[in-house]
Amino acid sequence: MNLWLLGPEVVLVLLGLSLLMMDGVVPTARRRLLGHASAAVVAVLCLYALSGHAGLPEPGYAFGRMFVLDGLAVFFKALFLCAGVFVLLLAADMGDRLGSGVTEYFVLTLFALAGMLLAASANNFAVMYVALELITVAFYVLTSYQRSRVASLEAGVKYLILGALSSAFMVYGIALCFGASGTMQFDELAAKSAELAENRLFQVGMLLVLGGLAFKVAVFPFQIWAPDVYEGSPAPTTAFLAIGSKAAGVVLLVRLLGGVIPELGLKWEMLLMVVAAVSILFGSLSAIPQRSLKRLMGYSSIANGGFVVLGLAAMSKAGSAAVLFYLAGYLFTVLTAFLVVAVVVERLGTDDFSALAGLHQRSPLLAGALAISMVSLAGVPPLVGFFGKFLVLKALVEQGTALPSYFVLGGIAIIGVVISFWYYFGVVRAIYWNQGPEETSPVVVPPVIRMALVGGVLGILFLGLFPGSVWDAAVAAVALLKF
Amino acid sequence: MSPLTWILGLPLLAAAGLCLVPRTSKGVLRTVAVAVTAVVAWMAIDLLLGFATAPVGRGGYRFVQQIPWVESLGISFFVGVDGINLGLIVMGAIVAFAAACVSWEIEDRTKEYYVLLMLMTGGILGAFASLDVFFLYFFHELALVPTFIMIGVWGRGERRQSAAFQITLYLTLGALVALIGLIALYLQSGVRTFDLVTLTDTLAANPMPAARQYFIFPWLMFGLGILVSLWPFHTWAPLGYGAAPTATAMLHAGVLKKFGLYVLLKVAVPLLPEGAKEWLPLLAWMCLGNILYCGWVAMRQRDLNQLIGNSSVAHVGFVFLGVASLTTVGVTGAVMVMVAHGFLAALSFALSGFLYRQTGSLDMGRMGGLLKQLPFTGTVMVMAMMAGCGLPGFGNFVGEMLVLFGGWKSDLLICGGWISFRWFVAAAAWGALIVAAVYMLRAVREMFHGPIGETWRKSNDPTGAWRRLPYVVLLVSLLALGVAPRLLTDHIEPSAKLIVDAVERSRPAPHLATAPGHPIP
Repeated sequence: MNLWLLGPEVVLVLLGLSLLMMDGVVPTARRRLLGHASAAVVAVLCLYALSGHAGLPEPGYAFGRMFVLDGLAVFFKALFLCAGVFVLLLAADMGDRLGSGVTEYFVLTLFALAGMLLAASANNFAVMYVALELITVAFYVLTSYQRSRVASLEAGVKYLILGALSSAFMVYGIALCFGASGTMQFDELAAKSAELAENRLFQVGMLLVLGGLAFKVAVFPFQIWAPDVYEGSPAPTTAFLAIGSKAAGVVLLVRLLGGVIPELGLKWEMLLMVVAAVSILFGSLSAIPQRSLKRLMGYSSIANGGFVVLGLAAMSKAGSAAVLFYLAGYLFTVLTAFLVVAVVVERLGTDDFSALAGLHQRSPLLAGALAISMVSLAGVPPLVGFFGKFLVLKALVEQGTALPSYFVLGGIAIIGVVISFWYYFGVVRAIYWNQGPEETSPVVVPPVIRMALVGGVLGILFLGLFPGSVWDAAVAAVALLKF
Repeated sequence: MSPLTWILGLPLLAAAGLCLVPRTSKGVLRTVAVAVTAVVAWMAIDLLLGFATAPVGRGGYRFVQQIPWVESLGISFFVGVDGINLGLIVMGAIVAFAAACVSWEIEDRTKEYYVLLMLMTGGILGAFASLDVFFLYFFHELALVPTFIMIGVWGRGERRQSAAFQITLYLTLGALVALIGLIALYLQSGVRTFDLVTLTDTLAANPMPAARQYFIFPWLMFGLGILVSLWPFHTWAPLGYGAAPTATAMLHAGVLKKFGLYVLLKVAVPLLPEGAKEWLPLLAWMCLGNILYCGWVAMRQRDLNQLIGNSSVAHVGFVFLGVASLTTVGVTGAVMVMVAHGFLAALSFALSGFLYRQTGSLDMGRMGGLLKQLPFTGTVMVMAMMAGCGLPGFGNFVGEMLVLFGGWKSDLLICGGWISFRWFVAAAAWGALIVAAVYMLRAVREMFHGPIGETWRKSNDPTGAWRRLPYVVLLVSLLALGVAPRLLTDHIEPSAKLIVDAVERSRPAPHLATAPGHPIP
């Protein structure tokens, strides 16, 4: 057994536990520092994942092959940790609004982060389930953290009920899979996947498992919770849900479809295509009339989940690598957007479009960062969103020669992008050319958030202008998949 | 370093630099924009003069430079010019300079405006200079987005919001459909590179199966057609240009819109010759829609901008006709029309923008006596309108004549050979000479003669050489092309011949298989 492979997870859990201890010692006024300190630790871990971990020649296994550390896991770990840094900084800034127990908020975030890291490395149904529950249970609390706000409680209840439902689906599915195959180990399942693909019981089980993951990714037909929960939760939680929780679902989908049950995946190609198409259309169309930025991001997250499934539906290495790149770009874009949303909600009291009017005069930095992230989400060069969408479309067209329905799917993706231009540019319009309110006092942005914003915008630009390195990393990460 | 890299890089650098200039120093913002575009225009003219003597690089292009970008996907930053994009780059650079000059009308949010203008200029020039298919698209999209924002923020009229959204959705759709076609081309070529030279060489040696070409070509044709306002996808154009601020309308109608035609001519036709032969007859029908239908619509317009917008859509039909003729003369003429129409559209929109600033209305019914009140503007406007109906002496005449000559010699068969291409040429000539003359001359009568209209009793000509410069520059370019077309046609012709030959060479193999002299049953 090689405990060294679990280094980042262990550090995160220990960090969380020690924060709980220090909560009793550190005076209330200084607790914000705990958030900054833990963000710093997570940043170091992220650098570690990016550098030291990345040179892994062979996949490493631990706990009797239940835990795997391969290229795919390392890529996603770096992604989660990077998201964690932003979320912790944001939470530290928002500490006053979270009410009592800001330290617990950091701790729960760290635990959820540990769960995500574990999910990236899961090589066994049991580990997968434990990791996902660690994420989901932490989020039950995180979504309803502002317990004096009805909207936050409502979000928490919705997430709890639907999350529990999807967990139940998943655990039932795992039981069926175990019953049909006699093992929970991904390696062993992969070895007899061709034969299992014909097994009716296994198919049903797998379908339920995929359903549980679809809840995490927020795609049709498990997307219904996203807008309400996004709107009601505190902004750092929403940001973390939008990228962290989604990516945790994606990494498991990639691992299952690409590494464990490729035959079944090919059989269900059409199912994935329908899921992707409906998610894109549902998310995009529903986003048009939204006036609340958080709610808009909720629907946009469904549409983006659709794009991710679109890449998976291509059932090719190029498609999976495109998904990885897409998420890396989505990370910076969404986090930048939510940093702005958090500041706007805190300083202006609402995230309605009417509050955004005149933002470019009150804070050019916030306005510019939000506009850049929206334009990147819409997929405009030279920002990263463009290259992500380009890669996904390329993967689709590549499969189109084998199966013409991929061209239909490409057409639907195009329609989705065109509609998304509508509502993303609606936000830009609200910021820049709607008539502003009388209030024109400047909005003060704290220095830490300012740094994070600049970092996010630089990430969007850098990945858009020099996508080569991340793309090569994504290609390397999916090299072991069996498409 | 290739001068092309500077030509497209300078405006982009200026865009980044202008972000750092405080918004209160409007003079600095404006001076930087005008100076940068002037340098770029000068460099572009230098490019034209030095073209013949420049060493020939990869694939017959000159001034080439190639830097790998994402090697695993075969994408590289690759610029170079041949006869076809040479004229377009020069035209784009000159129009950009004129557009920066007329931007003095913008008074609020000048900082954002000039940043977007520089971004758009850099994107446009990059789109025409790139020889990498990915970057072609990349730069085009980079130029397109500022267009949308500029229409929305600095546009005019009550309908500018809906115009901005309509143009956004339409053009995004067109661009994405074309993107699918380009990706399919990349994947099917078998070489997995976006490098245009490698793609051309590979596909010339091992052409794609005809069935695949038939499938890919329409994605490009319709996608690019939407971008160029091909009938019946043209409705965004008059609406969008009517609402756009002057410089945006000049740059988009004049230069950026030519992108779709350029890619059709440069990528779609030579790389997919079988697909081209299959689909170009349909294009010939649709371009008649542009020339005749949009000309007819233009006749009914009361608003000057709508007239110019519709007539600009009608002129684009000539380029399609030249491309569809698939003859060297026709293609040369098509490129010539693209360049000349770029100057013409920019000049027309610059003038209409000036008139709108003066009077706040472009209703031709309320105009009149323009030549008395505004002699300079009136003179330039009359000359622009004459150029628009194809009067000899202007670049448009040369281009349109070449298209008609080329079309007459074309052996493209339509409806299985039932209809000769010459009918299309005759119809187009009719559209150009009669329909265009009707609406242009009527506009001249309403606007320039008669009693002085109520709307401009207080208007004045642009005063000072500086304010008149952009109009003069554009008009001189148009006249220079008309008087000395060989400045460009000598360079265009060899490149056009290469494209036509590429299609000629791909005569379908089955026919060659039967021995000569054997009639095909």
